[in-house]
Amino acid sequence: MKILSLLNKPTSGSLEINGEEVGENQSAFRRQIGVVSHQTFLYNHLTAFENLAFYGRMYEVPRLRERISQVMEEVGLQYVLGDPVRTFSRGMQQRLAIARAILHSPAALFLDEPYTGLDQHAVEILNQVLLGLQNQQRTVILVTHNFDQGLNLCDQAVIMVKGQLAHQAGREEFMARDFKQVYLRCVEGS
Amino acid sequence: MGYWRKLGALVGKDIAVEFKTKEMLSSMFIFSFLVIVIFAFAFTPSRATTREVFPGILWIGFAFAGVLGLNRSFAGEKDNDCLLGLMLTPVDRTAIFLAKAASNLLFLVAVEAVSLPLFFVLFDYRLEGPLWLLLAVILLGTIGFIVIGTFLAALAANTRASEILLPLILFPVIMPVVIGAVKCTAIVLAGVPPELKGELVRWVQLLGVYNIIFLTVPLMLFDYVLEV
Repeated sequence: MKILSLLNKPTSGSLEINGEEVGENQSAFRRQIGVVSHQTFLYNHLTAFENLAFYGRMYEVPRLRERISQVMEEVGLQYVLGDPVRTFSRGMQQRLAIARAILHSPAALFLDEPYTGLDQHAVEILNQVLLGLQNQQRTVILVTHNFDQGLNLCDQAVIMVKGQLAHQAGREEFMARDFKQVYLRCVEGS
Repeated sequence: MGYWRKLGALVGKDIAVEFKTKEMLSSMFIFSFLVIVIFAFAFTPSRATTREVFPGILWIGFAFAGVLGLNRSFAGEKDNDCLLGLMLTPVDRTAIFLAKAASNLLFLVAVEAVSLPLFFVLFDYRLEGPLWLLLAVILLGTIGFIVIGTFLAALAANTRASEILLPLILFPVIMPVVIGAVKCTAIVLAGVPPELKGELVRWVQLLGVYNIIFLTVPLMLFDYVLEV
């Protein structure tokens, strides 16, 4: 995930985004990426609006106010725009983190265990956002230990064991087979 | 142009956070004030010794208050992994360093602006040299202190005991700046006697060179520091 997010450089192999190899000038590629992690990357003492406005300036988002209203509506937080993030519940903070990640309309969104600590409402909103991105033909890579959540959303599933790609399956395969058994075999066989 | 706009946004964010929390400014100012009060009671204002140690006391107050601020400057970025969030954005890493240094400089200058008159009042000290020169020398020393301090604060931020580590790694590196700043301040406070003009120029040159080196080195290495 860190290599995909351009935080670490690969020691071997190469990284391509939209068919273009990522070189030394990574700024252009960073614009095309959104990341949601366990951590929200939000400033607790700033309001939701101030946080999004700050990140919007970093990504040079055009018509920023308009876009902030739009993403806040998408994650169902438009009513707390002026509230400091420290007053938010974990679920609200994670929803705001999703708003932050999609603010600049990234071509690819990477999510690392985004369901951790989310209430049911927040899970529903996250699923809606992810399905919306899927409909917009955007790439979403979701890392999760929750099989059902992951399989419900994805059209390609990859099992990683000890950092190695152990199995890859399309939607048809993992719907037809008991994918949990495949996973267990991969883990036990490692 | 985008670079400077982003740098401005980063500084603006630091100011907005500080305006709301007042964590750095309040602790820096209280510390500086305590130094003034303690030393004002320890030394009799009229004595010649006081006049000799005054520049040192001034810089003790500034430097230690500055360390308190530097310790907090990256602590806020560690909450919720905000520094990682910044690294994900398409902003040049040097802009992150320069913005952090600029906001740290702004906060320390604000503390100095309030505490400097207090130093003069409580020590009953009369400035003999030109005020603009004193302010220029203090600014030069402060810039040196902040650029090195910001770089090392970023380096220490990812360690477990960063608040202890920072002064330990900062003060040996900062020593030439502090000595230079104290010497320059002493000469300016004494009214820049003609026989000390050459010495003042040499110390100012040392501060200038040190500032240039430590403004250049972090710009080259900050990328690696963030990756640690």
